[in-house]
Amino acid sequence: MSTSSTVIETNDTLAKRWRRATEEPAWLRLVLIGIALTFLALFLVLPLTVVLYGAFERGLSVWYDAIRDPDAMASIRLTLLIVVIVVPLNTLFGIAAAWAIAKFEFRGKPFLISLIDMPFAISPVVVGLIFVILFGSQGWLGPWLSSHDLRIIFAVPGIVIVIAFGTLPFIARELIPLMQQQGKEEEEASLTLGANGWKTFWHVTLPNIKWGLIYGIILCNARAMGEFGAVAVVSGRIRGETNTMPLHIEVLYNEYMFTAAFAVSSLLTALALVTIAIKSAVEWYDEHRQRLAAA
Amino acid sequence: MSIAIPRRRVIPGFGLTMGFTLLYLGLVFLIPVGAFLLYTTTMSWEQFWNAVTHRQVVASYKLSFGASLIGATINLVFGALVAWVLVRYRFPGKRIVDALVDLPFALPTAVAGIALVTLYATTGWVGQYLEIFGIRVAYTQLGVVVALTYIGLPFVVRTVQPVLEDLEAELEEASASLGADRLTTVRRVILPALLPALLTGYALAFARALGEYGSVVFISGNLPFRTEITPLLIVARAEQYDYHGAAAIGTVMLVAAFLMLLLINGLQWWTSRRHG
Repeated sequence: MSTSSTVIETNDTLAKRWRRATEEPAWLRLVLIGIALTFLALFLVLPLTVVLYGAFERGLSVWYDAIRDPDAMASIRLTLLIVVIVVPLNTLFGIAAAWAIAKFEFRGKPFLISLIDMPFAISPVVVGLIFVILFGSQGWLGPWLSSHDLRIIFAVPGIVIVIAFGTLPFIARELIPLMQQQGKEEEEASLTLGANGWKTFWHVTLPNIKWGLIYGIILCNARAMGEFGAVAVVSGRIRGETNTMPLHIEVLYNEYMFTAAFAVSSLLTALALVTIAIKSAVEWYDEHRQRLAAA
Repeated sequence: MSIAIPRRRVIPGFGLTMGFTLLYLGLVFLIPVGAFLLYTTTMSWEQFWNAVTHRQVVASYKLSFGASLIGATINLVFGALVAWVLVRYRFPGKRIVDALVDLPFALPTAVAGIALVTLYATTGWVGQYLEIFGIRVAYTQLGVVVALTYIGLPFVVRTVQPVLEDLEAELEEASASLGADRLTTVRRVILPALLPALLTGYALAFARALGEYGSVVFISGNLPFRTEITPLLIVARAEQYDYHGAAAIGTVMLVAAFLMLLLINGLQWWTSRRHG
C-alpha cells in the first residue's frame, strides 16, 4: 500500500518537473492571462456595460417609456415582422443546401460551398446598393415597378430582401460541416428498413442536427434583427414605417436622445447575449456527449 | 461496384434540395449581383474611372485599407494571445470569457457603434483618461481603428483555437527534450504549426473590417478626406441618387471582397492540408 503510493508520488513529482519544460513559468502565465483579459475587458466588457448603464441609468420607468414610445414600438414590430419572413426562408435554404451538399457527391461542390459563403464577404452597404440598383426609381426595374404602383425600395419588401441576402449563409454554414461529419449511414439504414425520405429526415437527420440547427436559427435571427448597413441604404428611414430597430437607434442617437437609444439597444444586446449563451450551451453539450461516447 | 451503385440511389431528395438551393441562391443572390455588375457596364470607362479615382474616394480607400490593416494586425497579436490563454491555461470564469469572444459577431453593429463612441468621447469612461495624455479617439482616424479592431476580434481567436487544441503535445515535448528552451519551442514549433490558421484569421478580420459600416460611422464623425470610410461614401452617393458613382465604388469593393475570399479559401485549403 505504502510502496505503491510512493511510486505514484514520485511519478507525480517527476511528471510535474518534466511537464515544466513544455509549460510557461507561473508568473508568465499570470501575465499572459492578465494581458488577454485586459484586452477583452476593454473591447468586449466595457461596450456591453456602457449600453446597459446608458439604458438603465435613469431608472426602469424611463427605460420602459423609451421602449413603449410609438416609434420604438413600430420599429420593434417591423423588425419582428422581418425575421418572421426571413428566418424561416433561410432555415429552409440552409437545410436544403446542407442536405444536397452532405448527402450527395456532385461536381463543383467546393464552388457551391464558397458561393453560399459569399454574401457574408460582401459589405452590407454594397448589399443595399445592389437592390437599390435593381429596384430603385432609377434602377433596372424602377420604371416598371412605379408604373404598376409597386414599391420595394424605401419600403418593407426591400428591407426583407436585403436582410435575407445578408443572413443567407448563417444556417447553411452551421449545418453543412455538421451533416458532412455525420455521414449518411444512419439515413441509409433508415431508408433500407423501409422509411421514406421525409420520415428519415424527421426521425433520423433532424434529431442529429437539432442543436446545430437551433444555434444557426438563433444566430440568423440575431443578425437579421441587427442588420444595419444594408437596411440603411434601402429603408429611406421613414419613421414608424421603414425604421427597423437599429435604424431607430441611429435616429435617436443623432437626436441626442441617448437614454432612449440605449434602451432600444439593450433589447438587441440581450438578444446577442442569449445568442452567445446558446452557442456555448450547444458546444458544452457536444463536448459532454463526445466525452460520454469516449468513456 | 455492384454495391456502390444502389448505395448512391438510397437517399432521395437530391433534385428537390439542390433545386431549391439553386433557385433561392439565384433569386436572392446571383441574379441581383449579376444585375449590379451589368449596371456598372452601362457606364463609360471614363465615367467609371472618374468615380473610383475621385480625390475624396481615394482618401477613403487609404483610410479603409489602412485602418482595416491595423485593426487586423492588433487582432492577430491579441487574438493569438487570447486563443493561447483560453486553450492552455485555467482560470475562473474561462467559459464565460470564451463565450464573450463571439459578442462582436452577435451584437448589432449600430449598438456597438454608439457604445464605442460613448466610451471614447472626451467625456466618456475611457476617453476622459486618454484626453489627459492628449489622445483623442472619437471623431479621429484612431476611432476608425478602434471600431474595426472590435468588429474583427472573434476571427483570429476562433480560427486559431481549434488548431491549438489539436496540436500534439509530443511535438513540444520532443522539442524540449532535444534541449530547446520554451521560447525556441514556441517560435520554431508552435508558431509554424499555427501559421496557416493565423493568416486565415488575419485575412477574415481584414475582409470583415474593409466592408464594415455600422460600428464605424458613429465613432468616426465622417469628416471628408479625414475620417470617411469607403462604405460611407457609397451610402452618400446612393442618398444623392448618384447610382453610377455608388455602383462604381461598390464594384471596387465587391472585387476586393472576391479577391479576399479567394485568398481566404486558399489559406483554408492550406490549413486543412496541414492538419488533415
